[in-house]
Amino acid sequence: MAHASTSASIAEAGQQHPIRIYLLVWSWLFVLSFFSYLVDLFHLQGLLRWSLILVFMMLKAGLIVAVFMHMRWERLALIYAILIPPALVLVFAALMIVEADHTLLTRQTFLGPEGG
Amino acid sequence: MDTAPLHDDTATRPQGWRSVVADWSSDQRSFKEASWGKVMMWIFLLSDTFIFGCFLLSYMTVRMSTTMPWPNPSEVFALEIGGAHLPLILIAVMTFVLISSSGTMAMAVNYAYRRDRRKTTALVLLTALFGALFVGMQAFEWSKLIQEGVRPWENPFGAAQFGAAFFTITGFHGTHVTIGVVILLVIARKIWRREFDNQQPGFLTGRKGRYEMVEIAGLYWHFVDLVWVFIFALFYLW
Repeated sequence: MAHASTSASIAEAGQQHPIRIYLLVWSWLFVLSFFSYLVDLFHLQGLLRWSLILVFMMLKAGLIVAVFMHMRWERLALIYAILIPPALVLVFAALMIVEADHTLLTRQTFLGPEGG
Repeated sequence: MDTAPLHDDTATRPQGWRSVVADWSSDQRSFKEASWGKVMMWIFLLSDTFIFGCFLLSYMTVRMSTTMPWPNPSEVFALEIGGAHLPLILIAVMTFVLISSSGTMAMAVNYAYRRDRRKTTALVLLTALFGALFVGMQAFEWSKLIQEGVRPWENPFGAAQFGAAFFTITGFHGTHVTIGVVILLVIARKIWRREFDNQQPGFLTGRKGRYEMVEIAGLYWHFVDLVWVFIFALFYLW
């Protein structure tokens, strides 16, 4: 009985962390979103624009998943089970880039610039 | 099943990447410290990730393969406020509103585990309010674009695929936010009525109410914010 009650209290105390870390992450998310907006406002173009957008996106996503969703305090068995499958979407993306390039080339060849 | 104790022999369990092999090859359960309610939410969110992943990939494919110029989102979503021309301003405000809601949700989960009923209820309600505000602004954005002649099959700005991608992606995300607001209101009511303190079973289940449900609802809410991070970067800024 004593064993069961300690287990229950551990499970309930589960994700108990200082409020400071949430406020810190919250303010970082604001700063990073503001930077992303500035990228558009300053009309940055080319490689600089894409890399900044992607870096800010991944930082924000990482902060949300790691701290807000408590992933950094979970065991590796759960972390790998949830985070590795979405990474495979990148393979799908690579396939679709090849496909899209092929479609564009076909349209330009057979339909001309107004081909849709 | 809901009373099955979680193991508390953390110290004797292997750490590092060996723990992955040990946990997955052990008997009874692979996820040692997460309750199954939480694990089920994570698995649902994983499946939802693939849905939004497919939408964003379709958007990428049609945008890359069209010979027509893609409309400039910075200008399409610009607003005139007090005579000033502000590019993408509505989307920026929506982003800040959704991030704020994620922050209040994280605080709500924290106070829920501290058993602070009043603060938890207030923070969950505040989160729902931010969510409703977000959906309201999205409704405004949709009305504006529809008025300007944007349709899933055509628009006055450029490539016809723009409308299809826009309505599908933001529509699905808005639906998720709306469902989240409803879930949060239900959770807020349960906290306020002490249903988690008194472990009262819910309307649709015989399982006992518990404060962990705030964290599980929070996982869903943070996921909605997470998806917006990707939509904001890939659809609005790209």
